[in-house]
Formats: sequence, C-alpha cells, structure tokens
Amino acid sequence: MWEYTDKVREYFLEPRNVGEVDNPDGVAEVGSIACGDALRLTFKLDENKRISEAKFKTFGCASAIASASALTEMVKGLTVEEAEKITNQDIAAYLGGLPKEKMHCSVLGQQALEKAIAYYRGVPTEVKEGEIICECFGVTDREIEQAVRKNNLSSVEEVTNYTKAGGGCGNCLDRIQEIIDRVRAEVREPVRPKMTNIQKIRMIEEILDREIRPALKNDGGDVELIDVIGNRVLLAKRGYCAVCPASQQTLKGFVEVKLRELVSPDLVVEEVTE
Amino acid sequence: MTTVYLDNNATTQVSAEVLAAMMPYFGRLYGNPSSMHTFGGQVGIKVREAREQVAALLGASPDEIIFTSCGTESDNTAIRSALATYPERRHIVISRVEHPAVRSLCAHLAKEGCRVTELPVDSEGRLNMEAYEKSLTPDTAIVSLMWANNETGVMFPVEKAALMAHDRGILFHTDAVQAVGKIPIDMENNAIDMLSLSGHKLHAPKGIGVFYLRRGTRFSPFMIGGHQERERRGGTENVPSIIGLGKACELAAAYMEEENTRVRQLRDKLEHELLDRIPNSRVNGDRVNRLPNTTNISFEFVEGEGILLMLDRYGICASSGSACTSGSLQPSHVLRAMGVPFTMAHGSIRFSLSIMNTEEEIDLVIETLPEIIQRLREMSPYWDSGRQACATPS
Repeated sequence: MWEYTDKVREYFLEPRNVGEVDNPDGVAEVGSIACGDALRLTFKLDENKRISEAKFKTFGCASAIASASALTEMVKGLTVEEAEKITNQDIAAYLGGLPKEKMHCSVLGQQALEKAIAYYRGVPTEVKEGEIICECFGVTDREIEQAVRKNNLSSVEEVTNYTKAGGGCGNCLDRIQEIIDRVRAEVREPVRPKMTNIQKIRMIEEILDREIRPALKNDGGDVELIDVIGNRVLLAKRGYCAVCPASQQTLKGFVEVKLRELVSPDLVVEEVTE
Repeated sequence: MTTVYLDNNATTQVSAEVLAAMMPYFGRLYGNPSSMHTFGGQVGIKVREAREQVAALLGASPDEIIFTSCGTESDNTAIRSALATYPERRHIVISRVEHPAVRSLCAHLAKEGCRVTELPVDSEGRLNMEAYEKSLTPDTAIVSLMWANNETGVMFPVEKAALMAHDRGILFHTDAVQAVGKIPIDMENNAIDMLSLSGHKLHAPKGIGVFYLRRGTRFSPFMIGGHQERERRGGTENVPSIIGLGKACELAAAYMEEENTRVRQLRDKLEHELLDRIPNSRVNGDRVNRLPNTTNISFEFVEGEGILLMLDRYGICASSGSACTSGSLQPSHVLRAMGVPFTMAHGSIRFSLSIMNTEEEIDLVIETLPEIIQRLREMSPYWDSGRQACATPS
C-alpha cells in the first residue's frame, strides 16, 4: 500500500473542483488511457485577468486525482504569469509530499497547466517537441531533460518515477542514462563560484580543522598545511601519520575526498617531506 | 468498522483450529523432530502426521511430500532440479501468465543461457494447446504451468498437459498454489511429476510450503544441509507451521464441498450483481474453467487504485491489476497477455473469497461498489464518450 499523506487522502476522497469550466479560457489534455494517467484541465479568467475558476477531470490513481485537485486550488486568484511559475515540486509540496514512485502525478499536473496556459495565449502546442525516447509511454527527450533539470534527478529510476519513461519494456534505459549524463554535465559547471587563492587556503584550513584533524587525532596523527599552489594542496604528515604505513591511503582516500567535496572538486593532495 | 476480507488469493486468515494445533509447538513442545530422545521424538511423530494429512489432500503418498519455506522455494526447487538432473537439456516451457515465482526465475535462468518459451493465452486466459504441443522439444528439461491463475482464477488443463510432456519424456511441474484446497487434486491418478503449494493460501500460516515430488523422479535438492526431509531439503523443520499446514489440509478436505457450493454461489452472486448494476464492466477470464472463489472484473474508464482506496473506507479488501497498484507502471502481465484493452485493464478488481466469507459481506460490496465506480467515472475525462460508445457489458 502507498503511504499517502492525510492531505493526499483528503484531496482524493473529497476532491475540489471536479468537472469542466463552461467557456474556458485555458484548456489542456495530457496523458492517455494507455499510460494509466490522463488529465483534462480547464480554467477561466475574470476581468482582472486572474484565474477565477479551474476544474479538472482525471483518469488515474488516487495521487493523480489529488494532484489535479490541488493544482486547481493553487491557481485560483493567480494571473497566468503567476500560475506558470508553479512547478511539479510545488504541487507535491502542497499535498505534503508524494511517494517518490508517484511524482509523475505532479508532473502531469504541471504539464497540463503549461499546456492550458499555452492554449490561452494561442501558442500552438499540438506537436510534441523533441524525439520520443520511451515508446511505451510516449515520453520525449525534451520532457526527460526538463524533469532532470527541474528536479535535479540523477538516476534512471528517478526519471521513471517522475516521467514514467523506462517503466515499460525497459528498452530505452540506456538512452535515458545518456540524457541524464548530458544534462548533469551542463548543470555542473557553473555551480561553484571562483575563489581567490586566499579564500581557498582559508577554506582548506577550516575544513582541515573541522572535518579532518579530529578524525586523525583519534589515531594520534595530524597534518600540516604547507602551501597551496593552484589546485595542488601540499601537506606534511605529523604525529603518528608520519610513521604510519597506511597514511598515504588516508591522504588520498580521506583528506583529498573531503577537501574535494567541501572546498573544490579539482583539488589534488600532495605530500611534502621535509 | 469490521473487515470484509475478499483478498484470499493474496493470503488467508489462519483458521482458529490451525492456530490451536500450532500453539503447543511454540511453547512446551519445542523438541527437535530429528532428536533421539522422546522429547524430540514426540514432535517427530506430529510432523509425520502432518505429512500424512498433506498427502491425503493431494492423493499422494507421504514420502512424496517435502516441506519447504514457501511456494516460491518449491517452484525454484522444481525448475532448478530439472535443469540439474538433465544437464544436457536447456529449454524450459512456461506460460505468459505464470506467477513471478516462476516467471522471474526463468528470466534469470535465460540470462544464464537457458532458452525459455512463454506460451500465449487467448482472450479468456486459456492456454494455447497447439503452441504448447509445438514447444516441446528433445532439449526441453521441464514444463512448468500453473494449475490456477492467481489473478483470474482460470485453470489450465495441467493433467492433460502433463501427459503430453510425459509422452515425450519431459518433466512436468505445476504451481498449484491457488488450486490446492479449492479443487480436488488426485496425484495418484495423474502424470504430474512435481507440484508446489503454499500454506498461507489455505488458512495455514505464511512461511510454510510443500514441494510434491513423485516417487522415482530424478531429483537434485535446492537447499543442501542436514538430512531432514530425507536429504531432499536441508534445514531444521518449521515444526509449528508444518503441524498447522497438516491441520489446514485436513480442514480443506472437509470444506472442499462448501468451497465449491456455497462459496461459488457467493462469488457468482457478487459477479452477477456487479455486472448488472455497473455498466461498462466485464469479467476477465474463462468463466467455465475457473476456481470457485475468484472473480476478476474490469470497470471501464476508471483506475483500480482509486477503487481500492474507496473500498478500503468500508473495510473491504480486494486487489487490482492496475498499473498504479503493481508498482511497475504497466497493468498486470496476466491481463496484458490476455489482450484486455487498456481502458479495461487499469480498472480491474479481483475479489477472492474463502469459506470464511458471509452473504452479508457480499451484499455490502454489491451495495457499495456501484456508487464508488459512478463517483470515479464522474471524475474521469473518458467517461462521457465511453458511455455512448458501449452501453452494455460484454
């Protein structure tokens, strides 16, 4: 049995806004009966261009119904510009979270909203952009890319939970992995701000003090920072480390790993012997 | 709220008599049945009695009964033994609707170099006997076909299929987990070499199974260890559960007629009334060759998980073949093998009864379910068009 939050149960058992809005300004249908999930979303704007009414019809499991109902509540009173900022994570959060295998239900809601807004603006969206990767569920490379980016996904299993891609015959699993690798390679680069050398040295000292020395001292060992040249961190072994046969392993396998994780992934630890 | 338990193909309640029979062996009678002393020996006598009770239900001889930990272990024992005792043969024949205990094992063996034929079934879930006959080759080590399907209750003609395998010198195993206790089985008068059953499907506890091995059949054990079960399955006996299973088998024989009369009538009533009251619904599977306790009904344009959760509010327990409940994103492999359309497969509900069910319970479902389906259909974007497309249940 799925572990649903009380909010999911509430929105499933007593869903708000079931049905279709008369003379809607925005309309969208996403999913299909073959996939096991489908959602028809309609909304109407008032004279101030705010969403006054939103309704849904869902074919799908309890969390799909709850996600759609939650979405119709969330968009009420918003302008389309405000509404289009709603992400699938927002829908899941509104419901107090969804089981990870059910995240695709929130994605379905977000896709419907995006499509309904495009309809309102008169943007043609009939043609699915991108190339179909998952034949079983008709998921394109664009959709997979988006899900990976927006939710910071890192495994094929997560992609399946969010988009269903790969959940059928499994033939596309390798291609999904390629997409994950590609997207993650591009988002990786800009994350770490460039540090000045002084900042870098200060940070290394701090991490040495906080994360590394206490562990070494348990075994009677220590290290001293001699210099930092570019990405080379020059360390000298002190205390028991100086005579311990396993200390080389400690420098590379522990000290370097910690520094790379907490300071900069490019650091290389080198030992200096005086 | 009382529980209305209609999910007996998933597991059954341990009956009071079974529990009572087991209790002393958790307590003061804790001896090891293999021991030389009287304290253990008295337990050994009870294990022997249980073996006789199981044998009696199957029409088998007690020495053909091997206690295991579950149905899955028994299935593994059968198929791996055939491959071990016929090392020159690397082909296995199963059906597309087998339980994962057999299907996943065979998928695993295929990776190790075995060739696996998965026989198709028709839209009623019946085995394609022509394809079966063609699949049997000199390289075939074993045929493993389920006696009755867990999702639909449809029964395969395993006795006939076993004869066909025998004529060609091929071992035949049947996963009879769902059949034992519900229909008469007489191993003395059929050609089946190996059979698997599971205690918790017939009111014994979970964690006990049986592997039936016909006398004189080549065998290689799966669990290797001590000399228990005449060196055919190592490991200290699960004494309380073995004794419980013996009792459960004795009771199953006694209740066999009730299962096939009263329980069948309750199942039929449930099925007729639901089909009658709910448009666009249909039964999945052959209604003639079917277990007396099972019905699998599809409600078009709604999704099974929602139905189950709404039934749950009334304490009604059932299960579904929908994708959302399977955890695999695809609806049940059994319904897909039968070619059940997607509009129907996602909204399938299985009710499986037992002798413990009452007419009042069935009436509660008949009263409750039509409204639930109606509510969910009103939420479904497919319902309006569907209603026009087809107004009569097929």
